[in-house]
Amino acid sequence: MPGSRPHAEIDRRNADWYVDKLVQVTVFVSGVSAILFIIGIFVFVTIEGVGFIANTLDFGEFFGSPAWRPTSETKPTYGALALIVGTASVTGLAMLVAVPFSLGAAIFIGEFATGKVRETLKVLVELLAAIPSVVWGFIGLSIMNPLIIDVFNVPVGLSILNSGIILGLMAAPIMTTIAEDALKAVPDTYREAAEAMGATRWQVIFRVVLPAAKNGLVAAVLLGVGRGFGETMAVLMASGHSVNLPTSVFDSVRALTATIAAELGETAQGSDHYAALFTLGIFLFAITFLINLAADVVVRGIRKGK
Amino acid sequence: MSVDAPARDLVRVRGLTIRYGDTAALSDVSLSIREHEIFGIIGPAGSGKTSFLRALNRMDEFTPAMTVDGAVEFDGKNVRDWRNAYALRSRIGVVFPLPVGLPMTIYDNVALSPRLRGIRRRSELDEIVERCLTRAALWDEVKDRLDSLGSLLSGGQQQRLTIARALSQEPQLLLLDEFSIAVDPVTTMRIEDVLKELKQEVTIVLVTNLVQQARRLADRTAFFLMGEFVELAETEQLFTGEVADPRTRDYVEGRFG
Repeated sequence: MPGSRPHAEIDRRNADWYVDKLVQVTVFVSGVSAILFIIGIFVFVTIEGVGFIANTLDFGEFFGSPAWRPTSETKPTYGALALIVGTASVTGLAMLVAVPFSLGAAIFIGEFATGKVRETLKVLVELLAAIPSVVWGFIGLSIMNPLIIDVFNVPVGLSILNSGIILGLMAAPIMTTIAEDALKAVPDTYREAAEAMGATRWQVIFRVVLPAAKNGLVAAVLLGVGRGFGETMAVLMASGHSVNLPTSVFDSVRALTATIAAELGETAQGSDHYAALFTLGIFLFAITFLINLAADVVVRGIRKGK
Repeated sequence: MSVDAPARDLVRVRGLTIRYGDTAALSDVSLSIREHEIFGIIGPAGSGKTSFLRALNRMDEFTPAMTVDGAVEFDGKNVRDWRNAYALRSRIGVVFPLPVGLPMTIYDNVALSPRLRGIRRRSELDEIVERCLTRAALWDEVKDRLDSLGSLLSGGQQQRLTIARALSQEPQLLLLDEFSIAVDPVTTMRIEDVLKELKQEVTIVLVTNLVQQARRLADRTAFFLMGEFVELAETEQLFTGEVADPRTRDYVEGRFG
């Protein structure tokens, strides 16, 4: 019945209208809060370290010297080179372990396994990802340590090798999950088209599926790298935690994160040592930011095509 | 291979029944496809036309619920008995109804199959790519941007790319499943002209919803209806009313379907 609905109805804000407004505002605030938190963290970390960076820190020493002696009575030095090399070498080895493992697992789960096998594997992988890092640290200390000493006949088993393997195993499950999602996002029509052409399973995966999933796979690897840089507890327990420029994978090293975690509780707030640890934090923050930026650029570049 | 040689059967189908779970999609089909003919299959949606194609190159193996009974012979031997399903499929080109531009460059799309066969020489690949794209009536439109992504082409262009890719397999048998669904009429006519020429070299099975397309192209045409193989005749006979089953005449004249 046209005309039977009063005109005033379209000029009245009813409950639906207000609910909609409320939802919009709530979602907006939640979204913006992420940005606020990031800025907040950055400001906090920077404020604690900035005075030290401006007045005391010698950049040549920070990046060029392996001597991290912040508690020296006579002349404290703040060389972070050994810590940077420590973190980088552990992360590098971890990726050597995790990338083939996680890609292989993702390809098996996503392309070959079916039905029950597939579901079981997915649950197990997610379970692995949920193991607390301190438990991985235990494994490093009590299983890997004697194992490495026995197998390689070296005096100490807490080393780059130990923590790299532990970190690799830690990062692999989440990388597997992300990589498998990326493979799953490749439309089946691509596989079917290639298979109809006479491509074998391996050719389909290698020539069609993996290239199509490139974005997600790169993201998975970079997430693993980020995890490696940020992981603290397992690395602290399995790396030996000694300031040292390593010459082989059997050397103990100390990571940036582990240094902060181990030392911050024992420093006086506002002291140079305290500020130096925050400087390490700023450095870590910058590295993580760069990795994410790189990931973004890479992914965009791939998306744009050649 | 001379066209004048007596026609030999390339595909022989005996008692083919296809089921999805308990539902039969196609029952008891027996027919032969001669070398160098265009074999049309017409019928409304859900008649089992696509299932029939899938059985020809063992694509049913990708669909666990799909079971195929009866015998499908390709080149004188049951397709199940050819030991290398991959090599079998590489001799049978397929064009799906909806275009599948693989997420690689236009060049790589067409060069994929030759590369899978082990062809590495750039000059040889260049020659194949140009020949196949020309035949698929796409060369002129893409020759200056072979390095751009195939998946970014328009729907109609992607379909011609798919046809070029199928041709790059140098197939003995070409299966076209409603290839013109996403292609404009002018391009459709160009591709149809190409298909008539291709007949000299390959055998073509043309599944189509457009009965007039079957009339224009097919030497013989089979009519499938709701999973039943109704009849097979010289195309001209079907369209001039010399039919064995009145339902065929009704369908061809557009009274249902």
